[in-house]
Amino acid sequence: MNFDAIVENLPKYVDGLGVTLKLLALSLSCGLLLAVPLAVVRTISRGIASRLVWVYTYVFRGTPMLVQLFLCYYGLAQFDAVRDSVAWPWLSSATFCAWLTFTLNTAAYTTEIIAGSIRALPAGEIEAAKALGMGRGLMLRRVVLPAALRRALPAYGNEAIFMLHGTSLASVVTLLDLTGAAREVNSTYYLPFEAFITAGAFYFVLTLSLVGLFRWAENRWLKPMMSR
Amino acid sequence: MLLHGFLPSLLEGAAVTMGVALSSLLVAAVLGLAGALAKLSPSRVAQALAAIYTTLIRGVPDLVLMLLVFYGGQIGINTLAPMLGHEDYIDIDPFIAGVLTIGFIFGAYLTEAFRGAFLSVPPGQREAGLAYGMSPRQVLWRITLPQMLRHALPGLSNNWLVLIKSTAIVSVIGLSDVMTRGQQAAGTTREPFNFYLAVALIYLVFTSLSELAFSWANKRLAIGAKEAKL
Repeated sequence: MNFDAIVENLPKYVDGLGVTLKLLALSLSCGLLLAVPLAVVRTISRGIASRLVWVYTYVFRGTPMLVQLFLCYYGLAQFDAVRDSVAWPWLSSATFCAWLTFTLNTAAYTTEIIAGSIRALPAGEIEAAKALGMGRGLMLRRVVLPAALRRALPAYGNEAIFMLHGTSLASVVTLLDLTGAAREVNSTYYLPFEAFITAGAFYFVLTLSLVGLFRWAENRWLKPMMSR
Repeated sequence: MLLHGFLPSLLEGAAVTMGVALSSLLVAAVLGLAGALAKLSPSRVAQALAAIYTTLIRGVPDLVLMLLVFYGGQIGINTLAPMLGHEDYIDIDPFIAGVLTIGFIFGAYLTEAFRGAFLSVPPGQREAGLAYGMSPRQVLWRITLPQMLRHALPGLSNNWLVLIKSTAIVSVIGLSDVMTRGQQAAGTTREPFNFYLAVALIYLVFTSLSELAFSWANKRLAIGAKEAKL
């Protein structure tokens, strides 16, 4: 084992860490913002809207994220209309496509997680809100969403960790995230063990931090409402 | 034709993908079973080893592990082989590297699924088997394992669906799976969208069929199980 080259290239890994964290934070936050209204539509509406949300989550959860990423980054370039459009500067950028794909992907999974926890809400909580004369919007804002989002925390923690691991796919479309940095170091020095173990160690620490963060969040928001 | 005659190539790739997925599942099931038994065994060493395995593997992305096994394994094997008197340079087969990596990763996830399932079998079942004079091994094969399978099914089906989709990354190490075939066809015809869409549809068919199969198996294995109606 020869870690001298790795130490020399540590700045590359740190830059990669920044890219990974930026992609993760942007796609998780935008995905969550998208997922909350979709989950409400999915559970409350009985018509075509709910069915459309189902098709969206089914397709995104049924296909690999790598294929989705390729469809966005390489696939869209096939159409002249896309290449001539005002969105092309964005759609031709690997960073934008990675962010878009990751966001749509995590939003699909998160929608199902939140919809599941809305459906699993104790009937009594909703009946109590109705008995107090709350309208639908007020009930959603004050009762249903706060309770459902807290209960979704454990499953959402797993999804966040899956997304962290999923961001490594960004390296396949030329982005220099943590994995991309490791691949570059490997191809320059031909040190696969050292290069990928270092990246793995970074990811491991990130995973443990996410686990810790979600444990803290569960203690803060979920535990107090659980029956003792 | 829409796919310019590349459909047979895509279907061949789909067969490779299915081959990787099923072989990996086999490796993962063996490792998962061993891991679950280790976690439930009284031996502290076995428990610790299984804990390290599941924690480490679940903390690192599958792509990084795959690159580590593929490129690192290449060096490792070619350093070890001459010591054992083997002179030729050995190329690691991407199929084997892919199956071992994916099997190794999902073995860790299945360890947790199987552990929970073992715990759901009432202890009286095992005790009754022992009281009949069965050896611990017979109890495992005849009593606990068949009953645990029903409880393991939801975890197994979730992991299988994630596993199929994970196989797409073997294309990164050059295996000629459906993803690679799609890439080749996309490059030749300059119609990347059509071909990646076709690849996506193939995966969607795989995952949909799997869900149907699992809901059928779930009904089969639940025959005779008591169900409480609310």
